[in-house]
Amino acid sequence: MLTMSELAVEVDALGKKFGSFTAVDGISFDIPVGELFGFLGPNGAGKTSTISILCTLLKPTSGTARVAGYDIVRERDRVRRSIGLVFQELTLDDYLTAEENLRFHAVMYGVPRSEARARMQPLLEMVGLADRADSLVRTFSGGMKRRLEIARGLLHEPRVLFLDEPTIGLDPQTRTHIWDYVDELRHRESTTMFLTTHYMDEAERCDRIAIIDAGRIVAIDTPSNLKASVGADTVTIETSDNVVAASEISVELGIIAEPKGGTLVLHVPDGESFIPRIFSALTVGVRSVNVRRPSLDDVFIKYTGHDIREAEASSSDGNRQMVAAFRKTSNR
Amino acid sequence: MTATTPPDRPLTRNTSTVMMVWTRELIRLKRMPTRLITGIATPILYLFVLGAGMKNLVNSPQAFSAAGAGATFDYQEYLFPGIMAMSIITSALFSAMSIVWDREFGFMREMLVAPVSRTGLVLGKALGGGTVAVIQGVILIVVAPLVGVDLTVTRVVGLVGALLLLAFALTAFGIVLGARMQRMESFQMVATLVTQPMIFLSGAIFPLKSLPSWLNVLTRVNPATYGVDLVRRTLLPGAPAVTWNGNVVPLWADACVVLVLGGLMLALASALFRQSD
Repeated sequence: MLTMSELAVEVDALGKKFGSFTAVDGISFDIPVGELFGFLGPNGAGKTSTISILCTLLKPTSGTARVAGYDIVRERDRVRRSIGLVFQELTLDDYLTAEENLRFHAVMYGVPRSEARARMQPLLEMVGLADRADSLVRTFSGGMKRRLEIARGLLHEPRVLFLDEPTIGLDPQTRTHIWDYVDELRHRESTTMFLTTHYMDEAERCDRIAIIDAGRIVAIDTPSNLKASVGADTVTIETSDNVVAASEISVELGIIAEPKGGTLVLHVPDGESFIPRIFSALTVGVRSVNVRRPSLDDVFIKYTGHDIREAEASSSDGNRQMVAAFRKTSNR
Repeated sequence: MTATTPPDRPLTRNTSTVMMVWTRELIRLKRMPTRLITGIATPILYLFVLGAGMKNLVNSPQAFSAAGAGATFDYQEYLFPGIMAMSIITSALFSAMSIVWDREFGFMREMLVAPVSRTGLVLGKALGGGTVAVIQGVILIVVAPLVGVDLTVTRVVGLVGALLLLAFALTAFGIVLGARMQRMESFQMVATLVTQPMIFLSGAIFPLKSLPSWLNVLTRVNPATYGVDLVRRTLLPGAPAVTWNGNVVPLWADACVVLVLGGLMLALASALFRQSD
């Protein structure tokens, strides 16, 4: 039995190779009970592989992990009974009603009929589908289906809820709704949640996030600590002559300005009070100035050396390779 | 963490899962009733068009009756149980397509991540698909008097049993075919490729003794032959039987062959699903 001080998820040197391609490269982390933990990284970074291993859908090629206190390889069925899953792809039966989908789930997870009935209504209410319980799922919008999946994932009262890109492909309004439900859920049930995302604003909502890139965890901390670790505000200026401006900034202020796409980028501890000093140091005309507090984007760049979107573009080959291998071994 | 997991009873959970998977197939049939019509259309066409056309052309009662049985049947009577078996074979095999459907539309994942045994899932599917096929077959019983086949309670009960057995075995076979397939189109193609020779070489449409001897060998290894024989001789005692070296194969042996096929296919299907974990 887990207590508050215990760990919902323990991961030790976990690795997964698909042939010669390393999808997960010896990662380790723990998630205490009740935490909302986020995995942030571009597509192909190893997020889905990791989540699939923790959910017992894939076998690791090295390392160990425990979920809800159970070993993911040796105690597979116990792990499965202790977790809820919301996948990237929809896994509902379109020809069944919302309630039938839930009932099917309850049977497979051994939830007694009376208990399942008692839990269904409040869950459907929470995800705003109480009045659609008897509608066929095929009449639902993408957002409604996703909400039903979240309700279904919670029906057997899992200790850990895994959400793999729960808002992917949804419109901004629906994304906001889903997050409202996630927040309410944490507030009400204190369920441990593990989610993967490549949206910075979603990572921002987590208690802690791990930044994963090319199969490795490069940083793990609270969003605010991670942002503080970047240490500096980003000042972007556009001048009439960036070359001259860069040398003047370096001579007068002793700061390196990096040219980037027709602008100069500077990292300084306090951006706002730094702006007047730029104006007094420069002889060339300034066209625009922009100050930005560190964001998770900057954190991502600092720890991985590239932008999350660039990473997505460059990793897409590896991703395809991995998806192909994944299909061969597991998606059956 | 205050929530406690209820005590686990794997046997109850797996039994209820079999029931639930079975129920789901029936719910899906209820939601797509046109499936029944398309499933019945072909057999009706065979029976009333092919059967009526051939009846007068092949007017030789001894071809469609066992020697010394006392009963004589015309072609349409002979064809009726064959068509029934054909309808079962086709719809059972195609109902296994729901496996591929489930994979294509994601629901397979929901089942595969659940803490239930693969055998339970496969068994539920085979029973569900089998039941759907039997429902189609039973509807065809209604037209029996129209082609002159006499129905008695014993015969109908025996027939339903025979249809259930055949449908279950063929659905299990279909699940094996579908276990590794990603697209419904490929399943359809393979299933058509398999069902046609299976039916032609089963004695469903014409007596097997009219085939050249090398083809006759194939008919004896075709499990559908025994299914057709079981259905036909349950419904038409005195119809020509399948023989091994000139000896009539008893009905219980027919049933055993079909049952063994079903069991083997079920085991193979669960193995295929377990392997992919």
